[in-house]
Amino acid sequence: MTYQAFLIKYGEIGIKGKNRYLFEDALVRQIKYALKDVEGSFHVRKSQGRIYIDWNGYYDYEDAISALKCVFGIVGICPVVQVEQKGFEELKKDVVAYMDAAYPDKNITFKVESRRQKKTYPKNSMEINRDLGEAILEAFPEIRVDVHHPDVLLNVEVRDEVYLYSEVIPGPGGMPVGTNGKAMLLLSGGIDSPVAGYMISKRGVGLEATYFHAPPYTSERAKQKVVDLAKLVAKYSGPITLNIVNFTDIQLYIYDECPHDELTIIMRRYMMRIAEHFAKESGCLGLITGESIGQVASQTMQSLMATNDVCTIPVYRPLIGFDKQEIVEISEKINTYETSIQPYEDCCTIFVAKHPVTKPNVNVIRRSEEKLTEKIDELVKTAIETTERIVIE
Amino acid sequence: MEVYLDNSATTKCYDSVRDIVGKVMCEDYGNPSSMHRKGVVAEKYVKEARSVLAKSLKVQDKEIFFTSGGTESDNLAIRGVARANKRAGKHLITTSIEHPAVLNTMQYMEEQGYRVTFLPVDQYGRVRLDALRDALCEDTVLVSIMYVNNEVGAVQPIQEAARVIKNYNKNILFHVDAVQGYGKYRIFPKREGIDMLSLSGHKIHGPKGIGALYIDERVKIKPIVFGGEQQHNIRSGTENVPGIAGLGMAAKEIYTGLEEKVAVMRKLKGKFVEGIKRIPYTAIHGLYDDTSAPHIISVGFMGVRSEVLLHALEDQGIYVSSGSACASNHPQISGVLKGIGTRREFLDATLRFSMSEFTTEEEIDYTLKTLYNLVPMLRRYSRR
Repeated sequence: MTYQAFLIKYGEIGIKGKNRYLFEDALVRQIKYALKDVEGSFHVRKSQGRIYIDWNGYYDYEDAISALKCVFGIVGICPVVQVEQKGFEELKKDVVAYMDAAYPDKNITFKVESRRQKKTYPKNSMEINRDLGEAILEAFPEIRVDVHHPDVLLNVEVRDEVYLYSEVIPGPGGMPVGTNGKAMLLLSGGIDSPVAGYMISKRGVGLEATYFHAPPYTSERAKQKVVDLAKLVAKYSGPITLNIVNFTDIQLYIYDECPHDELTIIMRRYMMRIAEHFAKESGCLGLITGESIGQVASQTMQSLMATNDVCTIPVYRPLIGFDKQEIVEISEKINTYETSIQPYEDCCTIFVAKHPVTKPNVNVIRRSEEKLTEKIDELVKTAIETTERIVIE
Repeated sequence: MEVYLDNSATTKCYDSVRDIVGKVMCEDYGNPSSMHRKGVVAEKYVKEARSVLAKSLKVQDKEIFFTSGGTESDNLAIRGVARANKRAGKHLITTSIEHPAVLNTMQYMEEQGYRVTFLPVDQYGRVRLDALRDALCEDTVLVSIMYVNNEVGAVQPIQEAARVIKNYNKNILFHVDAVQGYGKYRIFPKREGIDMLSLSGHKIHGPKGIGALYIDERVKIKPIVFGGEQQHNIRSGTENVPGIAGLGMAAKEIYTGLEEKVAVMRKLKGKFVEGIKRIPYTAIHGLYDDTSAPHIISVGFMGVRSEVLLHALEDQGIYVSSGSACASNHPQISGVLKGIGTRREFLDATLRFSMSEFTTEEEIDYTLKTLYNLVPMLRRYSRR
């Protein structure tokens, strides 16, 4: 079937009162951004409380749909067939033809739901519903009407032209990115952190990210993997500024000075500090991590408390109550799983002690950190100054 | 300073190779099968390259077949011969230290109902001839042994193996994977008793995606890909003329002044070995005297994970491999190192340094100096 437009359905943002236009404008902006790399020349417009996308000439239907499926705020995408106004008899024929093409198997139930933009149209919507329904029933004997739970809800919108649509392709839901500030994601090469970024972004939050690179202990490929993951998340969140921190000297210093079973906790505390520094610098309103209670030694309640101890802005942990399998399912859905499981070591796995503490005491950890007083500020400063920044689109 | 010591993974193209490849792609781009002049011009490049290779091996032009590289050559030799000699027998012999192109093909043959013997090697990585002698039987159709092992540089006793095989039964075919040996040694299959020989373009400063298989005219072989019946229907598919021209050019260049170039590599290898010996707790795997390959040195550094040292060297501009580049996509412990009885603490602590004719003394000095700094530093930080 040839479509002439997509009607975009959105949920929550329709009810945000006087702020509604802010949300709609953000959604239009995100849709344009999502479509910029899809083949075709698209127009996105707001009209009577709806968003329409149409195009001139050739466009790639599959790519357009998959790009739109990544735009938060979209609840459904309806491919629209547009027919000319040539009187009601012609419209009946068009509607019958539409149903024939869209549903080769006629053993279905349906309902017609029409709207008139022009109240001058000779029939009111009740009459349109009834008469078009009748025409469809006449054309296809097997088809039946069900006004409560139809298999197919055929929408007919009478404007200058008539729009027909019945298919609703589900969108990701959520809120348009940019309507809820931004946050700093601590991005490792693992399965969890990209999912955490996706989940916070889904609520309209823009993302920045920080990755801790430890050459030569982590390879160029590990770094590339993180860049690749950021790219996959950016499909949903829009552009991500990725801070790549060279963490080696800090890690080695901690290794030299502190008890080895506390290495991971102390290391994570410095990661949080550095990420928070970048977050504040760029106006982020919180940190995001992929932590989930009890998943590993550094994610027990005690460990989370010890890590959280150094943060002064909120830390969002959207996966906190998720089991690994649930996280894996989302990562498969957002297509980050295959990249996450590539076997390049990240800096957390290399210096990990054989038996790390699982119930760290904040005071003990703070005391251990005092051993770092001599050089750590200088090292952190250098790490911040030498951080590489890439914008990932 | 940039030092490329990963020439067993791949090499830099000669300028002359780049030029001829570009010329064939953009000017003489005809299909050798076309009947018009463009086709004739293209065919000339193929003939010329075939004759260069044939000459370097002292074989007939018609015994050279172009393939997509060493892997395809090995596949064609093993599977093609097996297919054509089904009635002669169903036993194949190879070694436990072959390149995956041979090992995995042999495993495939096992699935196809063949019996395959994987010969053990001695502590230096050389195939054990007594084991070969024991393995030969009435059912044996093919023996495949590499010329130079790609991981530790062990040179295999090819002539002796050929003699053992042919003395047992002159109809048993002998295939040699010479991907690491061609361009470092003058190899004459007819003298050495080799019936088939694989070689690859990108290991001799030629292009990637091109290789060749020498097949003695008496060998019964069947194709493994089907198509337009090019190359006497042994290897269908329009000839990769740019690649073939590049391979011919590379072969011509690498064999020009070969002895002098190899002598320089030997000298540098000797210097490198002496330098390595000054680092405590290191081990050089296999032999490193003149009976070993001139360009490969495999070194274990106790207490340093190879991946970490590799990246630390990379930071200093030095490029090397851990184990064998072809196998290090999935970090498994090298079968060759295990096969030669390497101690456990060296298994995941080994790097392969491989030189080319472009390697300089200055580069070797710089690499040694860098190792003297890095190895003690990295040894301080290991997992406790």
